[in-house]
Amino acid sequence: MSALSLRGVEKVFNPGSDQEVRAVHGVDLSVERGEFISVIGPSGCGKSTLLRLIGDLTPPSSGTVLVNGKTPAKARLDRDYGMVFQSATLLEWRRVQANVELPLEIMGMDAAERSRQAAAMLELVQLDRFANHYPWQLSGGMQQRVAIARALVFKPSILLMDEPFGALDEMTRERMQSELLRIRAETGTTVVFVTHSIPEAVFLSTRVVIMSPRPGTITEVVDIDLPEPRSDETREDQHFFELLTGVREGLRAVEDS
Amino acid sequence: MTYRAEFLRRLYFRLPAIGIFVGGLIVWEGLVRAFDIKGFILPAPTAIATTFATETADLLTAGVGTFSTALAGLLLGGLLAVLTALAAARWRFVRDGALPFAIAANSTPIIVLAPIANSWFGLRSPFGSIFVVAILVFFPVMINLVRGLLSVDASEIELMDSYAAGRRTTLWKLQFPHSTPYLFSALKVAAALSLIGAIVKEFFGGSQERLGQYITTKAGLLQFEEAWAAIVLASLFGIALYNIVVLIERRVIPWHVSVRNA
Repeated sequence: MSALSLRGVEKVFNPGSDQEVRAVHGVDLSVERGEFISVIGPSGCGKSTLLRLIGDLTPPSSGTVLVNGKTPAKARLDRDYGMVFQSATLLEWRRVQANVELPLEIMGMDAAERSRQAAAMLELVQLDRFANHYPWQLSGGMQQRVAIARALVFKPSILLMDEPFGALDEMTRERMQSELLRIRAETGTTVVFVTHSIPEAVFLSTRVVIMSPRPGTITEVVDIDLPEPRSDETREDQHFFELLTGVREGLRAVEDS
Repeated sequence: MTYRAEFLRRLYFRLPAIGIFVGGLIVWEGLVRAFDIKGFILPAPTAIATTFATETADLLTAGVGTFSTALAGLLLGGLLAVLTALAAARWRFVRDGALPFAIAANSTPIIVLAPIANSWFGLRSPFGSIFVVAILVFFPVMINLVRGLLSVDASEIELMDSYAAGRRTTLWKLQFPHSTPYLFSALKVAAALSLIGAIVKEFFGGSQERLGQYITTKAGLLQFEEAWAAIVLASLFGIALYNIVVLIERRVIPWHVSVRNA
């Protein structure tokens, strides 16, 4: 069973009105367990909408989405998703530790156990020393690491990330990417990652999905056969550059069309 | 930093305010003496202070009575406002049904109910005053809190959805904590309103041992030093009530921008 299976997925906003927008059109995609899929495309191509369709934040107009063989609504209620948005969306009245505990609290886990699991998660993102800080006392990159810890603390089978590093500077961004790969290696989570950075997509992914401008549809899927584990050397590898070029040409083709 | 040094540092930053306060009193005293202003127009600060000393017991009885009424009304009105706001945030029909009227009521001078309250509760009942204060406090607190409860980010709601949190969980764990700064800024306004409401209501009768009655009676007897002493006391109680709210705010929402560096 695929972790994720999309068949003929369409999304039309405001259908029938003069503000009708065909955001996503005829998307077919199958993702195996443990894969890291990046979705890349020009802005406004519906890549975020695609992520929201998978995460049951918006229903498809037609077509089917199956997550671990279930409807997205069922998967969401089963807490199959961890989500990370472009902004960290930490709750400002909760300290770091309490922010990471939030999903466990909602699931009704007892205090001692959720404190233990949140602490372990904070150690994984190397923020255990900041457990008692408030979010505003942390840098943007640290806040985003807390958001990742919070998304993974209840061990969801799929991590949905919408340009999570988009607001970070280049150096922090590269460090966060390596860290994300390290965390994923430890947790084995399937990841769907929306980005508009070509190097980011290539460095992180097992496959890169290229989308065309509106109505967004998948024009090409590029296999990323870089060796694992990936490191800073990977970024200087000849093959890394060849893959960058491949993705860039794929993107240029859709933008010219 | 030692305690003493910290005290001196704080005193230093307060110096301008203290200077203006003392200076103002001196100018006031000087003008009253220089132009021989009559006590029924404006008594001198020293005259008011002297009255304060001689009438301490009566003033404090009246002051504490009025303050308790204002506090009871503030608590009652505040509590009802919080419950109504939570219901309005939770159920759309409550919001759509009640909010237009609340906003309309909030734009009316509700204090005009003061003389009517006597005929509802009886002249000597404390509930008349509490009722006027509660209703005065209710609308601004409720409207502000509803605004706070509904102003959470769409992405935060989606985050809660992604955890399969129910409506009630979202209300308690996201919307309510998010709205607490709105609640406190409304309560600070309401603290001042509550004393205004209590005193104005007392102008229209009721127990003699209340500031409103004390002021109207003494003014009627041309004992303006006493009336002014009561006005000063009312101001002090107003400032005290406001600061109580601020202290609670600092304890409850230490994370908020408005409190962080205070």
